[in-house]
Amino acid sequence: MIRPLAEIANLSIVHSADGVETTLVDDLSFSVSSGETLAIVGESGSGKSLSSLAVMGLLSQELRVTQGSVNFEGVDLLTLSDEEMRQRRGRDMSMVFQEPMTSLNPVRNIGSQITESIEENLGLSRAAARSRTIDLLKEVGVADAERRMRQYPHHFSGGMRQRVMIAIALAAEPKLIVADEPTTALDVTIQAQILDLMTKVCADHGTALILITHNLGIVARYAKRVNVMYGGRIVETGTAADLYYRPRHHYTQGLLSSVPRLDQSRDEPLHPIRGNPADPFVPISGCRFHPRCPAAQRKCKSERPPFDGQIACHFPLSIKEKLAG
Amino acid sequence: MEPSFLRIEGVSVHFPVRKGLLQRQVAEVKAVEKVSLTLKRGEAFGLVGESGCGKTTLARTVLRLVNTTEGEIWFDGENITHLKGAALAPYRKRVAAVFQDPFSSLNPRMRAGKIIAEVLRVHGYAGDVKGRVIELLDLCGLSERFFDLYPHQMSGGQRQRVGIARALAIEPDLIVCDEAVSALDVSIQAQIINLLEELRVRLNLTYLFIGHDLSIVRHLCDRVAVMYLGRVMETANSEELFSNPQHPYTRALIEAVPNPDPLSEATREFVGLSGEVPSPLDPPAGCVFHPRCPIAMDKCCSVEPMLEILHPGHNAACHVVTSRPEDEK
Repeated sequence: MIRPLAEIANLSIVHSADGVETTLVDDLSFSVSSGETLAIVGESGSGKSLSSLAVMGLLSQELRVTQGSVNFEGVDLLTLSDEEMRQRRGRDMSMVFQEPMTSLNPVRNIGSQITESIEENLGLSRAAARSRTIDLLKEVGVADAERRMRQYPHHFSGGMRQRVMIAIALAAEPKLIVADEPTTALDVTIQAQILDLMTKVCADHGTALILITHNLGIVARYAKRVNVMYGGRIVETGTAADLYYRPRHHYTQGLLSSVPRLDQSRDEPLHPIRGNPADPFVPISGCRFHPRCPAAQRKCKSERPPFDGQIACHFPLSIKEKLAG
Repeated sequence: MEPSFLRIEGVSVHFPVRKGLLQRQVAEVKAVEKVSLTLKRGEAFGLVGESGCGKTTLARTVLRLVNTTEGEIWFDGENITHLKGAALAPYRKRVAAVFQDPFSSLNPRMRAGKIIAEVLRVHGYAGDVKGRVIELLDLCGLSERFFDLYPHQMSGGQRQRVGIARALAIEPDLIVCDEAVSALDVSIQAQIINLLEELRVRLNLTYLFIGHDLSIVRHLCDRVAVMYLGRVMETANSEELFSNPQHPYTRALIEAVPNPDPLSEATREFVGLSGEVPSPLDPPAGCVFHPRCPIAMDKCCSVEPMLEILHPGHNAACHVVTSRPEDEK
């Protein structure tokens, strides 16, 4: 078996304020391999973004990792100093955020923001970094790169800014890219362009891609494996096809029947999950999904279901139920 | 013929761009350009398109929050385009809006009960205000407990329910929903969509539903108009538009939506749309879509196509599509 590029094991993240500690990510384990696209799906408050920020060493001050490890090519990133992490960011791993306007510096031109990353991480000369910047911009589909690198973020449309973000993320040829809702702020036609570009570039370079999204269509088109998160935990993991055709967790099933689809009849009714996404700051006993679960039983209220590597549920759906229901 | 309930007739909205010390007008943003649409009473009409296509501006002209530069808007037999002040009040009582972000459209310092009661008071509701507010909350699936909660004490879905309850307070006939479910989590989106559908039947409401998520618009709306750079490119009933799209832009838009089925996604042919939406400050000559269109002809670069009837109920503004039947003759 190929050793995964990054292995997250038993990771817990706690928020502390005014002496109150709240567990936001609870005993999370997953891995991602080179050249692979892993999707993380979940609603607000599921901990999907936090877990990747922890991998990047970018947790804010009130958040703390209380247990677990992030093994990246044999090194536990959580044991590194801030300075060592800073050197790894950009070179080994980089991140693409949802809102490209707020993640670019508005008072510096595009070119300098890309060359900075190249000079810093690859130690190239100014001229070499400049020519690599032009190549990168061309690779991500920014036409007329020589002229455009002298322009500022406000000269760029949302889609173009996201292309620039991808260029910056790729600048030092990292081994892992984490993209947190990279196309949520973009139009559908641009969304398709950006995701096609991103998955293609990652496949070409053998880069591992963690794609955080709430859109099940994007998961289906771009990811091979999926982690479904709820209430700070992975509740189900598997290949995109397995989860779609044979969901076993009631939450996965609920998500799938919540979305209207173009390939189904208009009259097909939607079956929403009742209630609201679990508020991480409100304690829930047992399985955190139980107040919303159609199949919850007494055990679900009292006992937290263990994660067996595929699913965390006391009474998972059998395949037969899926076909009948 | 069925009388139209809301009729938008040749409506254009241009915003001046001013510059310099004297604020001289240097250009014009043509946000909406000669749009004509009719809504029947009780139907849900969808407006789709990418950002900057003018769908929200059009909705705001219907709400009379933005003035039309040219054209007319008729509501239930009355021309409301230029109504002002007191003359506008009766219209305001019949048309309500639900916005995208329930967090910024609800006053953070008011409890839900007061937010809704305020609308009743402004419109001179004579009965038991508290009782009516609780009735409205209940209609939107919220218990009496929410009367005393502030917006920050609620989840996104609950806030949107308060937003809908507020819209219903005036007992409107028409509700303009501008991206009303876009900011919500997937499982909550479905709840709100179901609520909107249920309310429409129960209260005989007419919806003008603006959205960018095509699958939601198709699910919720009877008829749909696709907009691009201020113009309507195609209109048809939902079933027809999504199963038999004619305009190349509509086709590209539908194709770009990924389905949650991984196997069908793996085998689906998909040619994306290249390029980006041009600036409405300087729209292309001829058909505004021609620089991105995969099937553009010479004519498309110079002559702007009009919205033409392909067959009853299905219109498109495209030279290639509308000239096809003649070629076959």
